[in-house]
Amino acid sequence: MKQERAMIIVGAGEAGTAAAVALRQGGWPGRVILIGSEATLPYERPPLSKGLLTEGEDSGPKFLITAQRLRELAIDYLAGVNVLSIDRATNTVSLQGGELLAYERLLLATGARPRTLGVPVDPECRMVTLRTYADAVAIRQTLRPGCGVVVIGGGFIGLEVAASAVSRGASVTVLEAGPRLLMRAVPASIAERIKAKHLDAGVRIELDATVAGIEAVEEQSLVSLADGRSFPADLVLVGVGAVPNVELAQAAGLAIEKGIAASDTLATSDPDIFTAGDCCSFPHRLYGERVRLEVWRNAWQQGAIAAANMLGLGSAYESVPWFWSDQYDETLQIAGIYSNSDAAVNRDLGDKGQICFYLAPGGRLVAACGFGSLATISKDIRIAETMIGRRMRPDPDALANPAIAIKSLAS
Amino acid sequence: MTKIGEWVEVCTSDAIAPEEAMRFSQGERSFAIIRSLEGNFFAIDGHCSHEKVHLADGIVDGNIIECPKHFGTFDYRTGEARALPACVDLRRYEIKVDSNVVFIKI
Repeated sequence: MKQERAMIIVGAGEAGTAAAVALRQGGWPGRVILIGSEATLPYERPPLSKGLLTEGEDSGPKFLITAQRLRELAIDYLAGVNVLSIDRATNTVSLQGGELLAYERLLLATGARPRTLGVPVDPECRMVTLRTYADAVAIRQTLRPGCGVVVIGGGFIGLEVAASAVSRGASVTVLEAGPRLLMRAVPASIAERIKAKHLDAGVRIELDATVAGIEAVEEQSLVSLADGRSFPADLVLVGVGAVPNVELAQAAGLAIEKGIAASDTLATSDPDIFTAGDCCSFPHRLYGERVRLEVWRNAWQQGAIAAANMLGLGSAYESVPWFWSDQYDETLQIAGIYSNSDAAVNRDLGDKGQICFYLAPGGRLVAACGFGSLATISKDIRIAETMIGRRMRPDPDALANPAIAIKSLAS
Repeated sequence: MTKIGEWVEVCTSDAIAPEEAMRFSQGERSFAIIRSLEGNFFAIDGHCSHEKVHLADGIVDGNIIECPKHFGTFDYRTGEARALPACVDLRRYEIKVDSNVVFIKI
């Protein structure tokens, strides 16, 4: 019996789910098989560190798609299924349980997983990472007024959980190994504003705090630093970054570089296999380098582009990277990518917030990072994103002057 | 107390620049009042149907208003959802301009 070849998607996060829908919308008439390792319908991850921890009741995950919509689109969703291997000679994937599925094209949207600490941890400790709905539920069940939470890592996940935990009445300490918060992600002045918000809310922040180990002491976990200090906790959250899930691709002999290496059309080194989302590295035309992005918007945009290219469209992915994080009642938005060689131009909006623009040598706008209320910064970051995509060279003095509308610089 | 179907004063017509939007709240309800590039006024539900984010903080471009947080888009003339993650249409409301004052029927 000859099996019909399907479009197969491994990974049912934002990228994989967007791809499944886009394959149908792009007119693929055959089977679409979406394979997820978790038992639920595909769901949104951004609320896991925010609303899901702070809302009065656990209203469950926020689904990306309903079961009815999956049926309408004739997408075969395999939930709670792991893919064991890819056989590129026969265009098949083998599933846990032994089943073989033949693919016409394959999309690897395998995502990323939390990085581990790399220090001795007693297995009895209540230590968690945050990636899945189950992780969020485990954190949520521990949070109650007065409980002690130690967050290891002053990055976005750590700070969002810290904000959520302190709002639930927990006593929260953030341990950051670097000299300041959000070292690689935001400029120092914005990191200071974010730090001030956390201190105001009652979060304790320890910088230059290198964790040496975690041991279980009676009912608690004791986090020890290299300098000899230690912090007791009812719950330890580790948020020290993520690593791409490349093992399936690697075992199949696909090129790996910073992630599963793709071309600008998101094809891997095998033209029948594509990749999208957190696991995918690709050459970005605006920045002239290979990048891997762990951000929500990139995931679903890449899923949609990969799907179009699985159908033969051949379009390049060149969207300006964009990211947001909520910190209490304020929001951070970043468009673009900057490096140390770019000049920073600060637009001070007083108590309302701040936007930092980055100009590459030669004056081209490459990134903008804003912190403040959504109403204060979102329009300007969106306009900056358009200007970055158009490779514009705005006047730095005008960018710095809050009396001059950013919109007036974009045309 | 505002009755259903009543015309309510919003602002003067010069209070919203072309291709801009304004937040307008009435009790617990909130609306986005949009002025097109051509100068016409439109009104839709204020909050995006994806998550509770106010659309008046988003960009107005052509016939589209975009959520400032997740980039779902709506046709502000009809309230129709046009781009993911927005997939549920918003209600639109009648609007009129009388002697340079904008009114919404809510």
